[in-house]
Amino acid sequence: MNVTNKVNVTNKVLRIAGGQGFYGDTPRSVSGLLEDGIDYLCLEALAELTLAILQKDRAKDESRGYTRDLPVYLKTAMPYVAAGRVKVITNAGGMNPAGAARAAAETARELGISGLRIATVLGDDLFGRLGQVHADTTSRLSHLDTGAEFHSAKGDPRFFAAYLGARPIVDALNAGADIVITGRVADAALFLAPLIHEFGWAWDDWDRLAAGVLVGHLLECSGQTAGGNFSGDWSSIPEPWSLPYPIAEVSADGAAIITKPIKSGGRVDFDTVRHQLLYEVSDPTSYMHPDVVADFTTAQFEDLGGDRVRITGVRGKPATPTYKAVLAHHSGWSAEARAGFSWPFALEKAETTAAIFARRVTEAGYDVAEWRFEYWGVDALGGAVPMPESAGKAEPREVGLRVAWRCDDERTAAAISREMVPLMLSAPPAGHTTMGRAASGSTELLEIWPTLVEKSLVDPGVTVTMQEV
Amino acid sequence: MRISLNELCGYRSGDKGNLVNIALFAYSEEVYDLIQKEVTAERVADHFAPLVRGEVTRYEVKNVLALNFVLREALGGGGPSTLRADNLGKTFGGTLVRLEIEAPEDLVERSRRARPNTEWARSYLQSLPQS
Repeated sequence: MNVTNKVNVTNKVLRIAGGQGFYGDTPRSVSGLLEDGIDYLCLEALAELTLAILQKDRAKDESRGYTRDLPVYLKTAMPYVAAGRVKVITNAGGMNPAGAARAAAETARELGISGLRIATVLGDDLFGRLGQVHADTTSRLSHLDTGAEFHSAKGDPRFFAAYLGARPIVDALNAGADIVITGRVADAALFLAPLIHEFGWAWDDWDRLAAGVLVGHLLECSGQTAGGNFSGDWSSIPEPWSLPYPIAEVSADGAAIITKPIKSGGRVDFDTVRHQLLYEVSDPTSYMHPDVVADFTTAQFEDLGGDRVRITGVRGKPATPTYKAVLAHHSGWSAEARAGFSWPFALEKAETTAAIFARRVTEAGYDVAEWRFEYWGVDALGGAVPMPESAGKAEPREVGLRVAWRCDDERTAAAISREMVPLMLSAPPAGHTTMGRAASGSTELLEIWPTLVEKSLVDPGVTVTMQEV
Repeated sequence: MRISLNELCGYRSGDKGNLVNIALFAYSEEVYDLIQKEVTAERVADHFAPLVRGEVTRYEVKNVLALNFVLREALGGGGPSTLRADNLGKTFGGTLVRLEIEAPEDLVERSRRARPNTEWARSYLQSLPQS
């Protein structure tokens, strides 16, 4: 279905870029990608828990629920889109792709740009159909990792969304979209879709689809392929303060070169690329994607030098009949408090203060379901003033105490923070109870519940709508 | 000789729900063969016993000289639920390479990774107005 018929595509090399790795990433990096020359700018905005944030936004304001920095990205990219030089694909729609499309249209108007076709993909959000999907699906929504039955998931559900594949994005591109905005899709689908659209790959061409998924996986975490979060020779990464985001040059046969903008710092080599290859991957022989199961162990990597790594030989296996879906359910309220202690006996003081704090909370009648005690620190207290030799190396110069707790009740969780403050004068010496956000409010905790849902239950609800602005 | 994995290997970790995966990277075939033999799923499970409740599975990824470990029930409930500061398991890779293994001395001599050189960061910070 929807296979484009294009002639002379075999020599074409498509340049696609990963311009965002999560909601909160820097929009500044897309300028370097656009200036370097790319055909598609893909913006991945939804980490596993981002929908929880966006769901809260939408609960407060019906027009929200998408990642709010989308207009910032689009302000940079839209002039290039309007000039016909690039197309943008993003899952920034989150819980409200239609709202995101309205924001995109507004951005175009502000820039005085017209004639853009903005497509919106809906249908990933299964929240309103939870009961029906639970009744109809073969998995009965059992937990994907532990196999636990769904009824053991205590706490009210907050969102429930399927990871859609590349198909609706390809449909949007085939219909002439310049900008495609989705909700939850498999991250790699944002990058696979333009390859299918441009090269006319068949939906059962498993090896090429797998190659596209691997490319997407290598681009979806922005700086992580160009020297960020890199345990190799990390201290020699050039100009790490202006780390570029990665680009893939993909051929019709699925072979790809991972690279970065010419004018940039960072590094793309075999080591930086293989670090990303296995990031958030379970079984590398079966990387699950809605459109294909990719075998990452079949990929051959050739470091060409000059920040270019060539990837060939990726093999794929047929797609499964299910989508991964993630439900998040309420699992209590948390808050935290911090205090810092200096030498001597910093750890002893911190532990004692933790115990005094917990005891006071208990004596005050607060109900705590779970505690967490952590001890941090290097040189906040006393700075570079020398330590006596008698201190030895084992004794810490300072300890930062972080205490967190889980409660069933929102107000209880918040009220407990207050119990740390008086300990500045009423606990072991030289404590600093103002360290960090000592008296923060409470945060809702959500437990992630991954499961499987038949595609046949989801696909009838998937729609692509187009608007011209 | 006994040596900790950080002297020989690279690493990266990440989360999916309450599951953490850690990739451990060798920089030569001989180091890959060594960790393939020494760093078993059982040893990693023992090493992480204070943090991880579930099973550990190991995958061999020879094409990039890596081992991939999947740790279940590893985050105290998962990113948006856990009380831990490292709610996304980002530091699990560094925690794995605390593990010590037996290695031939000559192999260690050939394979020991360089210490980071962060001189530019120190001198840049010193150039800033500070209290």
